[in-house]
Amino acid sequence: MAGVTLSNIRKTYGTLAAVDDVSIEILDGELLALLGPSGCGKTTTLRMIAGFVAPTAGTVRFGGRDVTRVPVHKRNVGMVFQGYALFPHLTVAKNVEFGLKVRGWDKAKIAARVTEMLHWVQMEALAERSPRALSGGQQQRVALARAMAHEPEVLLLDEPFSALDAKLRGQMRTEIRELQRQAGITSVFVTHDQEEAMAIADRIGVMNHGRLEQLGSAEDLYKRPVSRFVAGFIGKCNFIEGHVTGPGRFETANGQALQFSGEHSIGPAALCFRPEHGVLTPLATPGNSLPVTVKAVTYLGPVTEYDLVSEAGNRLLVSASSSGEGAPKEGDKLSVAWSIGDAFVVD
Amino acid sequence: MGALSLGRLAYLALVVAIFAFVIAPLLMIVWVSFFAEKILSFPPTGYTLSWYARASEMADFANGFLMSVKVGLCATLASLALGVPAALAIERFPFPGRETIRQTLLSPMYVPAIVAGAAVYIYFIELEILTNFQLAATFTGLVIAHTLVALPWTLRLVCASLVSANTISEEAARSLGANALQTFFYVTLPIIRPGMIAAAMFSFIASFSDLEKSLFLVGPGKTTLPIAILNYLEWSLDPTIAAVATVQIFIIGAALIVSDRFVKLGKVF
Repeated sequence: MAGVTLSNIRKTYGTLAAVDDVSIEILDGELLALLGPSGCGKTTTLRMIAGFVAPTAGTVRFGGRDVTRVPVHKRNVGMVFQGYALFPHLTVAKNVEFGLKVRGWDKAKIAARVTEMLHWVQMEALAERSPRALSGGQQQRVALARAMAHEPEVLLLDEPFSALDAKLRGQMRTEIRELQRQAGITSVFVTHDQEEAMAIADRIGVMNHGRLEQLGSAEDLYKRPVSRFVAGFIGKCNFIEGHVTGPGRFETANGQALQFSGEHSIGPAALCFRPEHGVLTPLATPGNSLPVTVKAVTYLGPVTEYDLVSEAGNRLLVSASSSGEGAPKEGDKLSVAWSIGDAFVVD
Repeated sequence: MGALSLGRLAYLALVVAIFAFVIAPLLMIVWVSFFAEKILSFPPTGYTLSWYARASEMADFANGFLMSVKVGLCATLASLALGVPAALAIERFPFPGRETIRQTLLSPMYVPAIVAGAAVYIYFIELEILTNFQLAATFTGLVIAHTLVALPWTLRLVCASLVSANTISEEAARSLGANALQTFFYVTLPIIRPGMIAAAMFSFIASFSDLEKSLFLVGPGKTTLPIAILNYLEWSLDPTIAAVATVQIFIIGAALIVSDRFVKLGKVF
């Protein structure tokens, strides 16, 4: 087992940089998610770790070994593909055995390993089935067993849950996480689903336009996003446009003074707070509230969402526990307030 | 519901009409092959199997049939040997000019066969003048020309099966440690095998039924079945020819049915 180190990797196609100067240190045994919208470079990054794409610049290391120029089949990675890519002409057992056969393992060792892997993913009973006769979840387990059979140094998963329906996705997520922990294998998985990334990854790398915007735990990203993109991509966020006028001081576009926590240089920026940190109140407090009009009320069961519009025309969202009596109604003129500790500023 | 079933009815009627239009001439030939009269007349006065017996006794047809089978098999093998690597290169390796190569290899399909046949003949003659190496009116020459007939079919069918067996299976194999050769033999080849079988069937049919390209290229005593039929038609028009054609129709039909079991032909075109 080993960690994976990406140092300043770039991949350009013509003048377009699909991946632009990304450096990540993936720790031994860690599950790292690469998260971002389609076209952000996350899949290209994964394919550079796998060896399917050669970086234009930069290096890829497994442990201490520089694998930048090592072809895929000599890298010793295991990969679970989007849609699984099980070999349609081979049975479940033959799929799992494939990597061992091409590596020239001896017969007895192969048989033992295949049995062990199928047991690991609880697929022994279906060993002789064709992949076509399996459900999505079963196919995924086989794909994982196949990817792990040859004891790879790194496990790579490309949108592993996208082919599953919502209910199964949640279940497989937990299952894969469990299996990854048991094996203790360094893993990288690519997803565009922030909830998925937050649910199973140790750390998340958020990518946008080929760059790594931020790398951190789910909590880091949610509480301390470093950019407007991360703030908006991880969870919902309110942005109030204006500029920073001094340490912890912010002025909205129409001249109202607000306060925030953390550091930011003086200049144009946006003050942010999360919908669940906003409170609707009849009282306006200076420095941490804005007068708003309630535009729409959406009842979602345990919480109710309020669409608001400020005097300056900012659209804001507040979510609050649903309470029966005295809840704000459409058209109410109120103030939205938040605690200064929950307000942060991004560019 | 009424409108729907009416539309469905019209659709079915159209399908049946098109089917009848295509199939009627073939059925007619099969029917005529059993007519008792020597001079075709309608309606027939009786039915007989004697035309089949007569056809099988005629050396021209029997030899032509054997020749067509031999040429067809050789051309099929040659078109697979050329077409499968070409299809792999075109579909799996993005290199400049691959569309040009694809279209060039498909072009025998677009050029009128009689023109192509004449061109091949002229080429063979020029080559012979230059090198003293005879191809015109030889078996080898005929196989080369028929390989041109078969190649577009092979290329098209193998390309289609490579496209539908997308590269992800091959990537999976490589990620599991397979080198390029192992990937090809353990993954790509088994996946495209049905396409190759269909390609072989189609190549054989295309070669077996080719008349125009062969016209200039056959030598004395080395005639293919379609040319034997043409030669016979020049002097006589009796149901013998219908009997020969019926046998040909059934061989081709059988080959098509076998191909369809391996590749749904509707998906290829």
